[in-house]
Amino acid sequence: MKALMHTNRLSIGYGSNVVVSDINLDLHAGEMVALIGVNGVGKSTLLRTLAGLLQPLQGTVAIDGQDLHRLSAAERARKAAIVLTGRPGTGMLDVETIVALGRQPWTGRWGTLSVVDRAAVTDALRSAGAEHLRSKALGACSDGEAQKVMIARALAQATPVILLDEPTAYLDLPNRAAIVRFLKQIARTGQKAVLFSTHDLQMAIDLCDRIVLMRRDAPLWHGSPADALASGELQQAFAGAGIHFDPATGTHRFTP
Amino acid sequence: MRGSGTWSLIFALAALALALLGLATGSVHVPFSDVWSSLTQPGSSGTFTTIVRQVRLPEVITAATAGAGLAASGLIMQTLFRNPLAGPSVLGISSGASLGVALVMLAQPLWMMLPVPREVMVIGASLAGAIAVLMLIVLADKRVGDGITLLIIGLMVGYLCSAVINVLQTASSAQALKDYIRWGMGSFAGVAIQRAGWLVLPVLLGLLSSLALIKPLNSLLLGEDYARSMGTNVQRTRRWAIWTTGLLAGTITAFCGPIAFLGLATPHVARMFIRTNDHRLLMPATMLLGMALALGCDLLVRTSGSDLPLPLNAVTSLLGAPVVLWVILGGKRWVSSDRP
Repeated sequence: MKALMHTNRLSIGYGSNVVVSDINLDLHAGEMVALIGVNGVGKSTLLRTLAGLLQPLQGTVAIDGQDLHRLSAAERARKAAIVLTGRPGTGMLDVETIVALGRQPWTGRWGTLSVVDRAAVTDALRSAGAEHLRSKALGACSDGEAQKVMIARALAQATPVILLDEPTAYLDLPNRAAIVRFLKQIARTGQKAVLFSTHDLQMAIDLCDRIVLMRRDAPLWHGSPADALASGELQQAFAGAGIHFDPATGTHRFTP
Repeated sequence: MRGSGTWSLIFALAALALALLGLATGSVHVPFSDVWSSLTQPGSSGTFTTIVRQVRLPEVITAATAGAGLAASGLIMQTLFRNPLAGPSVLGISSGASLGVALVMLAQPLWMMLPVPREVMVIGASLAGAIAVLMLIVLADKRVGDGITLLIIGLMVGYLCSAVINVLQTASSAQALKDYIRWGMGSFAGVAIQRAGWLVLPVLLGLLSSLALIKPLNSLLLGEDYARSMGTNVQRTRRWAIWTTGLLAGTITAFCGPIAFLGLATPHVARMFIRTNDHRLLMPATMLLGMALALGCDLLVRTSGSDLPLPLNAVTSLLGAPVVLWVILGGKRWVSSDRP
């Protein structure tokens, strides 16, 4: 598999506050990768650095062989799209206009949509199963619908890499399943690399191609879900009072 | 929401109709046929022609220019600060411009020896005041990041500016004071046709610059992080937006006085009709509606029936303040005030 994105001895954080250092990670075309770790361990920081929203403290992020952080904002926006956590308060914007915003890196000075741009918007809406929402205001959408729309916007951006910060938070089980199936379809049919953070261990184990574990005071671990279980890495990442790992079912259980 | 361009057409027609009405009405009624002939026939003369050309035409041009400019600057500020209550008058930008103008008008003896035309001095001082306050607001916005606090800061800046102006007033001549107070009530009538270029050209530049901001402003509707991830240079956009709003609000304030509410209220009224925040539709519609509203206010000022014209600011406040109340009480009509 071809590596789309590659980090080389990457250190992330804010100012003098190093959150994680020495990250060497490849993201490949067609794979869906879950980013797992406890709250505050730096998942969002990593995603934002990979999207170019944060400068790395050290090391580089290479995408298509180019240093992501040396590209202009406009060039970078053609390489990586991000879906942030929560829903933006946009008020009077309909779903189609929001998805069309994803075309901004490809449109000219005035943001006028070409035939190609319109087709990309329609395709993104269709694969999200959100065509019927076209003219609905984002504020009037349910949480599940809004999340699909924001992912469709990232899809319309037509980037090889899509990053998502907790795309299944606040969603019920059927919606979580729908979102992750959508992400998997994006990775497979679009041959994109999809990396998303989640607290949903079971879903990550069942559906993802690879798991990236972020832990405090330990290097980044990544590998297949089976390896994560077999090596005990996953269990250690969440070890603490009140939970234990059940090897029979491969799940964490709460202890009273 | 498609095809909302029709609203822009309606606003444009309304502005045109109000402009023609503005040329015809006033203390002396000029029949439309005479309005037409004095505009189209260069050789025509007579009382009606003089009234239309020398008095009413500059007033109509000033109102249309100022209305479009203030409305555009209000819209840019509302998107930039993600605050539905942003506008040149409420954030203290007009107050900053007023302070600049007061320094020139009231402390005249100090400037008399400078070999600079008065217009240039007034515009320059007004621009400097507007942009200084804008930069202060941007700094405050980064620090506090909440809409209501920003509004209070704007209010305080306004109080500070008026305090300094009050001090200046006590030390100025009676005539200068009178001129300044009349300017402060706001008026579209004070610009002679020979000087109109000083107002129209900078505002035209500001309007073109506002149109060029449409694409980055749209991306900012999703918040700064999303805007950046979609290729917008947020830093540059912010700087550009500040200079544009400063140029618009500063120039207009220099000529027409600090006009209340027009910049804040117009984008909301435009949204009420076209029902979208998409700047590709909202920006031109807001400019045209601003024109129409300013021309309408000017018409009310002149046809109040009394010998003295109504103060323009009284009219714009009577119309604008309820819009602000509606935005606050109607609350979540457009939710851009909450931050991600």
